[in-house]
Amino acid sequence: MASERSPMGAINMSDKTIDRLAGATPVRVARKIKGLSDRAIAWIFVGPTIFLLLAVNIFPLIWTINLSFTNFKANRLNREVEYIGLRNYERILGDSDIWLSMQATAHFLFWTLFFQVLIGFTLAWLINKKFKGNDLWTTIIVLPMMLSPAVVGNFWTFLYQPQIGLFNYIVTFFTGADPSSFEMLGSVDLAPWSIVIVDTWMWTPFVMLICLAGLRSIPDYIYEAAEVDRASKLRQFFTITIPMVLPFLMLAVLFRGIENFKMFDLVVQLTGGGPGSVTEMASINLKREAFEKWRTGYSSAFAIILFVTVFGLASIYVKALNKVKER
Amino acid sequence: MKQLTLATVGALSVAASTLSTAVQAEDLTLCWAAWDPANALVELSKGFEEQSGHTMNFEFVPWPNFADRMLNELNSGGKLCDLLIGDSQWIGGGAENGHYVKLNDFFDSEGISMDDFAPATVYAYSTWPKGTPNYYALPAMGDANGWFYRKDWFERDDIKAAYKEATGDELGEPKTQKEMLQIAQFFQGREIDGKKVYGAAIFTERGSEGITMGVTSALYPWGFKYENTPGKYDMEGAVNSAESVEALEFYKEFYETATPPGYTNSYMGESLDAFKSGQVAMAMNWFAFFPGLYADADTGGDKIDFFVNPPQNNAGSTLGGQGISVVSYSDKKEASLEYIKWFANPEVQAQWWSMGGYSAHNSVLNSETFPDSAPFAGDFLLAMENVQDFWQEPAYAELLLAMQKRVHDYVVAGQGTAQEALDKLIEDWTEVFEDEGKL
Repeated sequence: MASERSPMGAINMSDKTIDRLAGATPVRVARKIKGLSDRAIAWIFVGPTIFLLLAVNIFPLIWTINLSFTNFKANRLNREVEYIGLRNYERILGDSDIWLSMQATAHFLFWTLFFQVLIGFTLAWLINKKFKGNDLWTTIIVLPMMLSPAVVGNFWTFLYQPQIGLFNYIVTFFTGADPSSFEMLGSVDLAPWSIVIVDTWMWTPFVMLICLAGLRSIPDYIYEAAEVDRASKLRQFFTITIPMVLPFLMLAVLFRGIENFKMFDLVVQLTGGGPGSVTEMASINLKREAFEKWRTGYSSAFAIILFVTVFGLASIYVKALNKVKER
Repeated sequence: MKQLTLATVGALSVAASTLSTAVQAEDLTLCWAAWDPANALVELSKGFEEQSGHTMNFEFVPWPNFADRMLNELNSGGKLCDLLIGDSQWIGGGAENGHYVKLNDFFDSEGISMDDFAPATVYAYSTWPKGTPNYYALPAMGDANGWFYRKDWFERDDIKAAYKEATGDELGEPKTQKEMLQIAQFFQGREIDGKKVYGAAIFTERGSEGITMGVTSALYPWGFKYENTPGKYDMEGAVNSAESVEALEFYKEFYETATPPGYTNSYMGESLDAFKSGQVAMAMNWFAFFPGLYADADTGGDKIDFFVNPPQNNAGSTLGGQGISVVSYSDKKEASLEYIKWFANPEVQAQWWSMGGYSAHNSVLNSETFPDSAPFAGDFLLAMENVQDFWQEPAYAELLLAMQKRVHDYVVAGQGTAQEALDKLIEDWTEVFEDEGKL
């Protein structure tokens, strides 16, 4: 588009473009909006979006906050709804099962982020080296993240099967243990790790791609200057590569962190929250409360607590990210 | 001229009757779980279509999602189902929340008597409040949790001798729960025809109702009760009695010592798979699957036999089965009631049993030929004499999920003791009943 920058920095379109756009406006519409202020026209365009935002996001949020102070049950519409103050919040915060599910979520979140960042960055660093077949390896590595979580959950269930599963046989090959002697999905100790392994397998490529973008955005001349200054490779890595990739890495952590905080599908497919409740994430617990037990008021309060937690953590994190970018 | 007039009147009558049928013909949708008996019902319902002129459509949902899908449908006032064969535990919610049409007036006007159906099924599938003559469903499918085993293995001399040597007992259908465990432990890890086999497939599923249905199959024979006084919700001392604790410990021992590896989240499908693949000597499952198992080319016929859930302190089986209800949100209630009337007919009920459905009609169950009509028919009658069902309260889903969690935590995850699991269960249930205003 032909444009020119005004002294004030605003972009002015050429007269030719304005004439073309004006000419494309139907006469009837042009007549109707003639006489409207710029502000009014702006509202006409922005209005539908704001309305949708209010209807789809803000209203449900306010409604959920309202419900969280009641004993409402969506399957008992003929029952009188009572306002019970902060009772739902008190119950949730004093419920040891809720804290166990938060603990399971934290375990999953921490270790998946740890492994995905570690392996994702390492893979990106290796892929960034120019070598033959580089593109082919990139394609192969990103394949898992293209699959549906339901499919991944299903086939890993088979891989983890103690009698016929490939995973157990591979472990057996290296350790000599009987394949049936351990159950990845059925053991209280191993099940939390089994879901970490699957999520890491599936989403490490995503972190790798973001890191790769960061690595490729570092201009070569910086490394060349470092070479001239006789900086060692290790020094270059810690003083150039890491600081310049850090904003990208933090962005990947933010995306994966938010996704994994609300992890549901993969874990339901793999363990259903079991054995017992050791892999029952907060999101699975919330779904059970809301749509299986139908404790709508209670689950609304739980949803608000989760929302505030994610929103609070994400806000702090984004501030940190912006500081890193500014450096 | 007279002949012409008669012919004209006749033609008009035929046209009018055809028109009348066309106007009244409805497209009915019947919702149920996707399993063997549902296929039999499709075949059976062809008779209704021919007789009434209505068209039957079916919405079958796999068991693990059945409750979620259908209860959502009912709670949202959906019109998907005109007729619903809903689980027995839904009857309280169906009645109190206005999902089901009350059928008393209809039964009275059509001469359908609940005395014609097995009392246990009427109590469990039709009445709310429990045991009162307020009917919200017609017993459609009697069912209970039973057992089946590899008869060919049990009859082999080498295996019988090995069992005798190992236990001092004769190998045969178990007469008690503990004897059943002993047999299962005998088969656990044993090599038969060059293949490693295991004791038994039991229910351990966490997500829907699986482990509760399995555990109650041990709890009931030990004398488990939900309340000390029926209707008072006084659970302390009943739910966590010494017998209940012993039964729960027994189920955990069964799970740990007599089931295949990796059997941590298994229900009906997994039980059938384990048996059909020759992996286990015995398996628990619903009687509804028994006709299909008997007909199986590889493990059915002479190779299989069935037994009722063995007693321990007393006889007791976990109730399955469902009643058929008319959904109150349906626009086709009249036609739906026609289906119920047709289904209640003794001849249709006899046909239902012959096609693989478990009729609850006395004319079928009390017939002299019934016990010998199938290898599992006699066991079915025995089971139905001593069935017990889970809570059927409107808040049944909350009650069920609490039990799923507590028993899975103990049996599969090995957390805490049986006493603690049952104590916590009482706490959970008390909270639910307090919320319901019943305590």
